[in-house]
Amino acid sequence: MDAFTVHIGTALPLRRSNVDTDQIIPAVYLKRITRTGFEDGLFAAWRNDPEFVLNRPEFDGVTVLVAGPDFGTGSSREHAVWALQDYGFKAVISSRFGDIFRANAGQAGLLAVTVDGDVVNRLWQLVEDNPAVEIVVDLPKSHVRCGDLVADFDIDDYTRWRLLEGLDDIDITLDREAYISTYEENRPSFKPATRLF
Amino acid sequence: MSSNLLRTMSEKVWDEHVARAVPGEPDLLYIDLHLVHEVTSPQAFEGLRAAGRTVRRPDLTLATEDHNVPTVDADGPIADPVSRAQVQALRDNCAEFGVPLYSLGDVEQGIVHVVGPQLGLTQPGMTVVCGDSHTSTHGAFGALAFGIGTSEVEHVLATQTLPQARPKTMAVTVEGALPDDVTAKDLVLALIAEVGTAAGQGYVVEYRGAAIEALSMEGRMTICNMSIEWGAKAGLVAPDETTFAYLRGRPHAPAGADWDAAVGHWRALATDVGAVFDREVRIDASTLSPFVTWGTNPGHGVPLSAYVPTAESFPEGPARQGAERALTYMGLSAGTPMREIAVDTVFVGSCTNGRMEDLRAAAAVIGGHRVSSAVRMLVVPGSTRVRLQAEAEGLDKVFTSAGAEWRGAGCSMCLGMNPDQLAPGERSASTSNRNFEGRQGEGGRTHLVSPVVAAATAITGRLSSPADLPPVATGA
Ligand code: SF4
Repeated sequence: MDAFTVHIGTALPLRRSNVDTDQIIPAVYLKRITRTGFEDGLFAAWRNDPEFVLNRPEFDGVTVLVAGPDFGTGSSREHAVWALQDYGFKAVISSRFGDIFRANAGQAGLLAVTVDGDVVNRLWQLVEDNPAVEIVVDLPKSHVRCGDLVADFDIDDYTRWRLLEGLDDIDITLDREAYISTYEENRPSFKPATRLF
Repeated sequence: MSSNLLRTMSEKVWDEHVARAVPGEPDLLYIDLHLVHEVTSPQAFEGLRAAGRTVRRPDLTLATEDHNVPTVDADGPIADPVSRAQVQALRDNCAEFGVPLYSLGDVEQGIVHVVGPQLGLTQPGMTVVCGDSHTSTHGAFGALAFGIGTSEVEHVLATQTLPQARPKTMAVTVEGALPDDVTAKDLVLALIAEVGTAAGQGYVVEYRGAAIEALSMEGRMTICNMSIEWGAKAGLVAPDETTFAYLRGRPHAPAGADWDAAVGHWRALATDVGAVFDREVRIDASTLSPFVTWGTNPGHGVPLSAYVPTAESFPEGPARQGAERALTYMGLSAGTPMREIAVDTVFVGSCTNGRMEDLRAAAAVIGGHRVSSAVRMLVVPGSTRVRLQAEAEGLDKVFTSAGAEWRGAGCSMCLGMNPDQLAPGERSASTSNRNFEGRQGEGGRTHLVSPVVAAATAITGRLSSPADLPPVATGA
C-alpha cells in the first residue's frame, strides 16, 4: 500500500445520501478475479444518465469525492473501494460511512474522511461554485482545507499511522505471531474444525 | 462500557478471543471460523500467492459456491464464461491452499450463511467472519459474527486473526408476542423503519426479550442477518435450549464429553444481570403487523396496511431527498395503499429467508392456490440440503403445481449476479434483505417482505398477507 500524507485535488460533489456499495459498483462487475480495472463499474447505473455529476466535463480529473451521509453502506465488497481508486479517487469525504467500507478503505489506502454534515454542505457549495477549486486533505494535520474552510477530521490513531507509513497490516500481525501461537495453545478442544475427521 | 465485573454477552465473547491487547491499538482478535465464497476471495488468495504466504488454519476455513452460481442446470458447466472463471478460481485456490470446499453439485453446497449453521459449524461463543456483510446471521447462535472486505479476508487467511477496535454494545429488547402471520422478518423490518439505517453503526447488538426467546433458530437468523441493514457490526442472541436443540447431533457439533463442556461454557455466555449496554432500544412485538418496504433502503418500511409515504413526512435534508429519489426510482405516488402495488416477480430465498422454515411457511400459504398469471415466482432454497429436505416433504410439488419455479440453491435474485435478475422497471416482492436501486437487476424495483407475504402476493399479484386470501376450497 502506498503511504498517504497530503493530497491536493479537485472534488466531485455527490449530493446523495445512503450511497450503498451496490450503487458504487453493481454486482455484475464483481465476477472478475483481478484487483484492478474496476473503474468502468463505478456508479455504473447512474453513469447512464448524461446529467449525472460524474459525467459533467467540469468534473474531469477529480480525485476527492464529497458525498452525503451513510456512504458505503451495505455489501462488504471491497470492489467499491477499488472502483473509486481505479477511477482516480484518493479520498472520500462524508459525515458518516458504512463500517465495512471504512475498514476496506483503510486497508486499500483510500482515505475515508469523516466530517460534520455542515462541512460537507459547505464543501459542496464551494465546489459547485468553482469546480476547479482545490481541496487539501492533510492526514498529518488531520484536517481538510478548501478556500477559507479548515475542518478537522477524526481518524483512529492506528489507521492514521498505517496510512502515513503505508504499512501492510498482515506484516504487522505476522510480527506478532507468538501471541497467535500462544492463543492457539489454549483454545478449548470442543471448538469445531471444518474438516470431519 | 460496563465494569469489568459485569459484562454483556458480546463483551464476554470478545474478551475470550483477544490474542493481544495493547492500549491505543486495536485488539488482535482470534477467528474461530472463516467462511469463504467465490466473489470476495480471489484477490485475497492472489495476495497470499504474491507474498509467498500460506493459509494458517485451513481447518478453520470453509468455502462454498453461492453468489455467482446458476440455480438451473447445476450439473452442467456454468454458461457465463466470466462466472465460470471465478468459480474455477475458487476451486483452484482451495485445492492449492488446502481449504475445504463445497462445490456446486455437492450435497453441502449452498449460501454460506445457511451452510455454516446447518453443518453445526456455527456455535455459541465463536468468532465468525466472512467476506460478506450478512455474516451477522451467525450471531443467532450467540457467536460474534461480522462481515469483512477482501483485504481482511487475506489477513484472516494468513494469520487467523484480525486487528479490531472494540465495538460499543446495544440491547434491542423485544417484549410481548408476535401476532399471527407476523414473522421475524416483519419484526426486523419494523425495527429498522423505527431506528433508521445508521442507528447500529459502531455497535454489536444483542436481541433479547420474550419475543426473541420464542423464535426458532431460523427466525433468530433472519433477525441477526439484517443487523447490517441498520449498520450494526454484528447482532447476537443468547444461546438457550432452542440453540442447543438445534445444534445437538449436527455433523460438526461437539459430542460426548465435549458436548457437556461446550454447553456449560455456552450457558455462561449470557449477559450478566446488571451489565450495562451503551444503548438500549425497546419494542413491543404485540403491536406489530406484516411489514413491507416501499423505497430503496431497508429503513423505508411501513405496515402492509399503510400507504406509500410522502417525501414531506421525512425530516428536511438528506432523508427527504432520499425519499424523493426513492419514490421516483420505485415509480410510486405518495398515498397509494401498499396493498394496491402490483408486482411482476416474487422471490422466495436468500440467507434471510431461504431456510426450511421459510419454505414451509410459504408453501403452507401457496397450497391449494395458483400463482397469479401476471407473476413469475421463483423459489430458491438456501442450500442443497434445504432443497433435498423440501423435496422430501413435497414442497417442490406444492410450488410447481401452483405455477412457481423451483430452483437449485444459491444467492440467485437476492443480488442478481447470476441470470436470475429483474428487467428494468420490473417490480418484485422479495424475501431477501436489500431493496437498493438495481440490487436485483438494473432498474429493478424491490419490496422486501416475509415469506408468507411473498406467497400471498404471488397469488393475488399485489402486495398481500395470507389474511387477504380467499379460503381454499377443500374436499372434492
Ligand atoms: S443470499 Fe443475498 S445477502 Fe445472502 S449472502 Fe447471498 S447475496 Fe448476500
